[in-house]
Amino acid sequence: MKSGNASYVFRALSDPTRRAIFEELTRRGEQTVHALTLYAGVSQPAVSKHLTVLKRAKLVRHRRAGRETHYRAQPEALAPMVDWLKLYGAFWRDRFDRLEALLERMEP
Amino acid sequence: MSNATECPSSLVMERVFPHSQEKLWRALTESPLLAQWMMNNDFEPVPGRRFQFRADPAPNWNGIVDCEVLAVEPMQRLSYNWGVGGGESGLQWVVEWTLTPADGGTHVRMEQSGFGPNQQQAYGGAKWGWQRFLGNLENVLGGVQ
Repeated sequence: MKSGNASYVFRALSDPTRRAIFEELTRRGEQTVHALTLYAGVSQPAVSKHLTVLKRAKLVRHRRAGRETHYRAQPEALAPMVDWLKLYGAFWRDRFDRLEALLERMEP
Repeated sequence: MSNATECPSSLVMERVFPHSQEKLWRALTESPLLAQWMMNNDFEPVPGRRFQFRADPAPNWNGIVDCEVLAVEPMQRLSYNWGVGGGESGLQWVVEWTLTPADGGTHVRMEQSGFGPNQQQAYGGAKWGWQRFLGNLENVLGGVQ
C-alpha cells in the first residue's frame, strides 16, 4: 500500500514520452541526447527535461563524451515499482478470499 | 491493441464465485458489507461520490485510500479512483470491477490500473499506453532478475 520509492518511479513513468524514451533505451542500449530527440519527435530541451526526471528516479544514467551526452537505462530502478505491484497482487488475493468468506455468510 | 487482457499485468484478478450476480453486487456496493471484506468505508454507489477506505496506518501509509466513484452499472460494472498518499507525492489508480454470469455463479474481474498523479483527465488516453508499458515491463525485467 505504501508509495515510498515507487512513487518517484511511477511519476517518472506517468508521462508517455518518458516511457517511450525509457523503453527505447532498454531496447537499444546507450544513446545520445541527439538520437533520443530524433526518436521522441519533440524538442531537445523537452527531451533533456524528460531525461532529468528519469535521472532523478534513477531510471537512467549518463556520461559525457566530448560534446555529446550519452544516456543508458537502469532497469534495476524499476524494482521498487515491481515490489509495489507484487504487494498489491497479494492485497487483492487476500481481499478476494475475504469476499468469498463473506458471500458464504450472506443470505442467498 | 483492443483489449486489456492482451497484455499481462499483475493487477488483474479474476475468480468465479458460486453466488448470484446480485449477491456479488451487494457485497461490492453496500457499505457495511464492503467493510467486512475490504476496509471501513463511506462508499455509496453514486457517480462523483467521494469516499474513503480506512485501514490501520502502516509504515509509509496513513491507512487512508481516497476514492471517487467513476461508473456504476448495476449488477455489472463499478469503478472508482484509488488514491494513496495524497498531495504532491500521492499516487492515483483506477479500480474497476466487472461482473458477468458464469457457469454455476458469477465471474468477477478486478482491474487496478495506474497512470501516475494528476492525470485523471487523461485516463482514457493514457490507459492503454500505461498498460502496454506494464506488459512490456516483464520483458525488461526478464533481463534483470
